[in-house]
Amino acid sequence: MTQYTGRPLNRVDGVDKVTGKANYAAEFDVQGLLYGYIVNSTITKGKIRQIHTDDARRVEGIVSIFTHENRPKLAWFDLSYKDQDAPPGSPFRPLRDAQIQFNGQPIALVVAETFELARYAATLIRVDYEQETHQTDLQANRHKARKPAVGMATLFKPPPPDPRGNFEEAFRNAPVQVASEYVHGSEHHNPMELFASTVVYEKGRYKSGERYTIYDKTQGVTNSILYVSQVFNIPFKDIRVISPYVGGGFGSALRPQHQLFLAVLAARELKRSVRVTLTRQQMFTLGYRPATVQTVALGASSDGTMTAMYHDGVAVTSQFEDYTEVVTTWGGLLYPAEHVKFDQKIISLDVATPMDMRAPGGVTGVTALECAVDELAYKLGMDPLELRLRNYTERNMNNDLTYSSKELRECFRRGAERFGWAKRNPEPRSMRKEHTLVGWGMATGIWDAFHAPARAEAVLMVNGKLRVSSATADIGTGTYTIMTQIAADTLGIPMEDVLFKLGDTDLPVAPIAGGSWTAATVGSAVKAACEAVGEKLFKLARKLPNSPFAKVRFSDVLFAEKAIRLKKDPAIAIPLQTLIDANGGAAVRAISTSVPNLLKQRKYARNTHSAVFVEVEVDEDFGTVRVTRAVTSVAAGRILNPKTARSQIIGGMVWGISKALEEESVMDHQFGRIMNHSLAEYHVPVNADIHELDVIFVEEHDDIVNPLGVKGVGEIGIVGMPAAIANAVFHATGIRVRTLPITLDKLLTAATTEVSTS
Amino acid sequence: MNLTLGTLLPTNESPSLPAIQTATRQPVTLTVNGVKTELQLAPWTSLLDALREYMHLTGTKKGCDHGQCGACTVLVNNKRINACLTLAIMQEDTQITTIEGLSSLDQTSSSSKLHPLQRAFIDHDAFQCGYCTPGQICSAVGLLNEGHAKTADDVRELMSGNICRCGAYPGIVAAITSVMDSQPTTV
Repeated sequence: MTQYTGRPLNRVDGVDKVTGKANYAAEFDVQGLLYGYIVNSTITKGKIRQIHTDDARRVEGIVSIFTHENRPKLAWFDLSYKDQDAPPGSPFRPLRDAQIQFNGQPIALVVAETFELARYAATLIRVDYEQETHQTDLQANRHKARKPAVGMATLFKPPPPDPRGNFEEAFRNAPVQVASEYVHGSEHHNPMELFASTVVYEKGRYKSGERYTIYDKTQGVTNSILYVSQVFNIPFKDIRVISPYVGGGFGSALRPQHQLFLAVLAARELKRSVRVTLTRQQMFTLGYRPATVQTVALGASSDGTMTAMYHDGVAVTSQFEDYTEVVTTWGGLLYPAEHVKFDQKIISLDVATPMDMRAPGGVTGVTALECAVDELAYKLGMDPLELRLRNYTERNMNNDLTYSSKELRECFRRGAERFGWAKRNPEPRSMRKEHTLVGWGMATGIWDAFHAPARAEAVLMVNGKLRVSSATADIGTGTYTIMTQIAADTLGIPMEDVLFKLGDTDLPVAPIAGGSWTAATVGSAVKAACEAVGEKLFKLARKLPNSPFAKVRFSDVLFAEKAIRLKKDPAIAIPLQTLIDANGGAAVRAISTSVPNLLKQRKYARNTHSAVFVEVEVDEDFGTVRVTRAVTSVAAGRILNPKTARSQIIGGMVWGISKALEEESVMDHQFGRIMNHSLAEYHVPVNADIHELDVIFVEEHDDIVNPLGVKGVGEIGIVGMPAAIANAVFHATGIRVRTLPITLDKLLTAATTEVSTS
Repeated sequence: MNLTLGTLLPTNESPSLPAIQTATRQPVTLTVNGVKTELQLAPWTSLLDALREYMHLTGTKKGCDHGQCGACTVLVNNKRINACLTLAIMQEDTQITTIEGLSSLDQTSSSSKLHPLQRAFIDHDAFQCGYCTPGQICSAVGLLNEGHAKTADDVRELMSGNICRCGAYPGIVAAITSVMDSQPTTV
């Protein structure tokens, strides 16, 4: 039997998704369901003086209205509101008091018999505010930049390392220097599915009296159950969180969102089932990728050897939590400069707390860094690819560890070849197609290969089918499919006989699905659980009369084609069904915990890498930019399913196009409110924006990262893309736009300025 | 009209003011996937909410409720429309087809009865999270019915009313063109 892992197989959840049978959080049919509609603050900072709900209450069909005035007593301490992805600080608590901390803050929940009634009644609520002056503008508040507080989250997002060597001196003495400032706007995740929680309230069926079954849009049901249990003081056994399908996450569902809190609150108080769904506009009141200003300075000798590197950054956070991400230290992982200095600060403004968004920090920092490297290449008169090869490193300079595997050189080679990079004329504005300027740019990408502990269960059932489960999530990443492949291969069972279940707190615990760690984390647990079942089957096999396995060890057997077999002679076999029968007709079951081998891992730097090559066409008259083709070659360990992995990389590339050219949450600082809070005005790529995208996987053999040798592909696709595009735009136009997104106004303004100054 | 909890529960404000009566529910008959159903709907109920909340046909998705994302695309008399931009009551005399009605798939049958576009979407991995997928597929059926798309570029342009945040566009184009190629008469 051929192995399933490594093959480009269709998704196992494909039929459910194309027939409409896949149910998302707002789609579970519940008897007697009530609908909640959120009212948001229209000021940015201050206090609610009075909230008039009398008109709304008069609407026939309105069941209740919750505000800070009638909110029941809940957990007192901040700690109870901390979730698995909470940054240091005091988490936002909806309806806590009259204080307004950011624009769009939820201030009331209207609960009604129908969605239409709740929505209408919400419009009748009037609020008197006591307004205070607010600050929401990063640029105007740069003097307030400060070091972030340290907390649990710092574990995964460490502050920059101490300086090495003497940057100032090395930079001063470098014959070739570049130093630039890069500005990125904030971005909202905007998954297609609106945030929703359906809370099913049941009474009397259980000893404790009350039971909450919650269908939540989340990247981690475990995170949601912890939050609900702590905040509302409901025992774990009375809560079950279910999330079989998630309509996109990208980080936005890593933290429990307002609607979960409000739906549970209403269900508990009204003793009824309640659903709360956000509107698209309200999705802009959640977390986001923070706006940043970064400075990168690079010094090199005239042969291109990088000697000095400086990278600092300031990012926005809220007044109540110190959200940080690793922005400025990636240069130490990519280039072996000896004299380096990194700095990272935050500015507290009157805004919601930012959140992890696809490749948090990585795509921000690497974009600035890789644009600066391109600028250096031009100053040196050197090919950008050659410059990167000249400064290739086998070690992470920040922790002085060798990479567990790093096939970036091969990524460069194969990506360049596929793209045709050798034919590039380095001169800006040298390539043209009728009225469009053509530009070719490239960049490197890098992301972490995390691995966290997780649990999984495997049950070989009496009918010979294998049921495997873990409380992880499939946010479109392909978790269902790759876990099915791993389980099928480990026990030699056809994929169609394997059922993988996830997104349910009744299943063995797994961490939130983010940071590209799910394949490694949950995959290792699934493998371990299946192996544990395998060992039990082996013991059963040995006990059979005249067993050919009586004198061999577990390491001498393999599982294939529904049988346990001798490795040296696979024809000697016992069917699994025989073993189940020998088990007294009972299922064979095992739960395993996979824990990273820290002793092994700590000796190595563990990362994924990519090389990105992009072609853009820029309309000379209108300044419009199109990415006409792009090649990304990725080194991310072993690829479990080239089909779903490719889709993830393609998706990341689309996100890169979006970041470079389209998306930005634009705030009117006078009101502290996002102006383009709809999918018509918040631009993300549509089909017509996306052209030829090509993906190459350069496989790596890696025994260090985890038992599966996988590194994860959720983030690496976006990381190098925006810089490659910005560099291609420079090559096409001769204009360096350092403020993303590169919209036509920026190109045209720069073009006009250049003409007038020359 | 049903008695609701809201009218029974005492409220702490203005008990003397009269209740505000909003749009009353009335019978609305919709023909969805060939089946005629009479619903009790307030006239302000969108077709999208009627399908999702009153008929439990949740295959049709809500992504923006403003006609900006295409997730709610359904076929009305074989033409693709955004179900969030029409009221249910306006569709009483039409044939509505949703994702649930595209295949002849029942609970027990295999996937072989999928609509060719559904099959192609799976084979070309034309989705990730799956949330925009029913809208994409319904839109693609409408696109083929219109017969304007001749090339992959046409497909890109004419499918641009359906946003896919996962960025599965290359797969979507490949899936649709593969069906166009295999059914030249429809184009």
